Amino acid sequence: MWRRPFPWFIVAAALLYALYPYFADDVGLRESLLLAAVYIILASNLNLMIGYAGYVNFGNIVFFGLGGYVCLYLVTALQWNVIPAALVAGVAVSALALLFGLGILRLRGAFFALATIGVNQAIQQLVVNFEPWGGATGIYLSLDSYGSLGGPMQALWTTYLLIVAVTAASLLASYAIRNSKFGLGLLAIGQNEDAASVLGVPTPLYKAMVYSASAFLPAVAGGLYFFKSGIIEPTSAFNLQTSIEAIVMVMLGGSGTILGPALGAFLYEELRGFLLTAQSFSQFQLVIAGALLLLIVQFVPGGLLGWLHQHWPKTRRWLE
Amino acid sequence: MSTLLEVSRVSKRFGGLQAVDRLSLTVNEGEILGLIGPNGAGKSTVFNLINGVYPPDSGKVFFAEQDITGGPPYRVCGHGIARAHQIVQPLGGLSVLDNCTVGACFGREALPLAAARKVAREVIDMIGLGDRAGAPAGSLTTAGKKRLELARALSARPRLLLLDEVLAGLNPTETEGMIETVRKIRDNGVAILMIEHIMRAVMSLSDRIVVLNLGAKLAEGSPREVADNPDVIAAYLGDSKLLSAAEKPA
Repeated sequence: MWRRPFPWFIVAAALLYALYPYFADDVGLRESLLLAAVYIILASNLNLMIGYAGYVNFGNIVFFGLGGYVCLYLVTALQWNVIPAALVAGVAVSALALLFGLGILRLRGAFFALATIGVNQAIQQLVVNFEPWGGATGIYLSLDSYGSLGGPMQALWTTYLLIVAVTAASLLASYAIRNSKFGLGLLAIGQNEDAASVLGVPTPLYKAMVYSASAFLPAVAGGLYFFKSGIIEPTSAFNLQTSIEAIVMVMLGGSGTILGPALGAFLYEELRGFLLTAQSFSQFQLVIAGALLLLIVQFVPGGLLGWLHQHWPKTRRWLE
Repeated sequence: MSTLLEVSRVSKRFGGLQAVDRLSLTVNEGEILGLIGPNGAGKSTVFNLINGVYPPDSGKVFFAEQDITGGPPYRVCGHGIARAHQIVQPLGGLSVLDNCTVGACFGREALPLAAARKVAREVIDMIGLGDRAGAPAGSLTTAGKKRLELARALSARPRLLLLDEVLAGLNPTETEGMIETVRKIRDNGVAILMIEHIMRAVMSLSDRIVVLNLGAKLAEGSPREVADNPDVIAAYLGDSKLLSAAEKPA
């Protein structure tokens, strides 16, 4: 995989992304880039489902929220360091997703999409009523929790770097899957599931595997993100709106490509930041997002990268 | 010759329709068995029962002495049964090469990606799609898609090939080419079970023929025997052209 220039390009871009706010010494810029990085992680992993396997997961945010909860629980109740806590959260959520996946992936199309919303809402209600995780008020971190990372100020920089690392890992995973036998099987499922099955692709297993894979890094990112925030509560952790925005990002950049969802996420976050500062219309970005989704699906189903590939086929080679 | 596929008294009912009724048939190693019958006789359903698209209500399917009844299709494919569909099912957004690579990756030999791509490339060249390897499968002509169905099935390196009307919709030149290709495949040691409506092709290609009517077996035998069978002529053929076609193999 490392013989081609593409993965090196991702690593270089991630380094630049990580170090730029550090040397610019700009905390505001860091916060905005961090949010964009989280969106890139969500969109890139969602793309494994939508773009590769052809399954629209409306409840993708459940992985992020659950990861946050597991991680913060380990950090507060068991005094774990955030890094192993986030990784364990990723593994736990991924394992849970594998179980769910084997069940709900028997459904197709709109029924699957509805079931994913159901999973998110059910988990949210479960957490609201789960006292060890603070119920409706959630979990708060005390300032002591940041001690192991050298105090709160240092911890903010460290979590930023870690989240950028998870972003890079998301893109590399997307690239590795795209160029593997597993990825080819997923693409076949996305094109025509029945034909794929007749051709020998073990469809139920592959679908559950990709559902589980698409849960891992978002859960890790959720752990890091809510650790940085210092608080997690059910409404922000399982926000269906963010789930839907992630779908817009994937479609905007180009589903099924590797860089497309990242590009879409970054652009969407910039647009959102711009519209939020307008202040005259709260949540105006949602109006734009809705209109954008309609226009994309109707006129450029391939998204930005798909459109580029279609008009300049040569870009296919270096903009994957 | 040893038995490769044994279908034993399988039945399938869809609501009020008995699509397949206690049908038994066998395919031997290296043999071409033709499956014919009027429209709606249950031919494609038999294929669906063999490769596990749906399980039979009763009866068993054995392949190389293993019980493969009821699929699922991807497992049946792994045993070495590949299928070319009557209604083409290209993975339209993927290239012709990728379509065949899927076949080779997940077929009987379950090859790793690089080896699968090589097999796919060979098969594409043999089937005559070499110059279209990079094109999206959805952009092929009907004849091209039919060839792709065959190429993709062959990429799985099957022991038994299920061909569902691969000649339908082809012009006479294309048909000749396809008949040659099918013969070449059999000469490479692959057994073939084929559904076909073009009688000249069935008669000249098949070693044996099974005639299906209303889901049940009406007759079985060599092309000659089947063509002379009065039941078959009454139920289905009623066409004297067939007899002359059987006399002078194409």
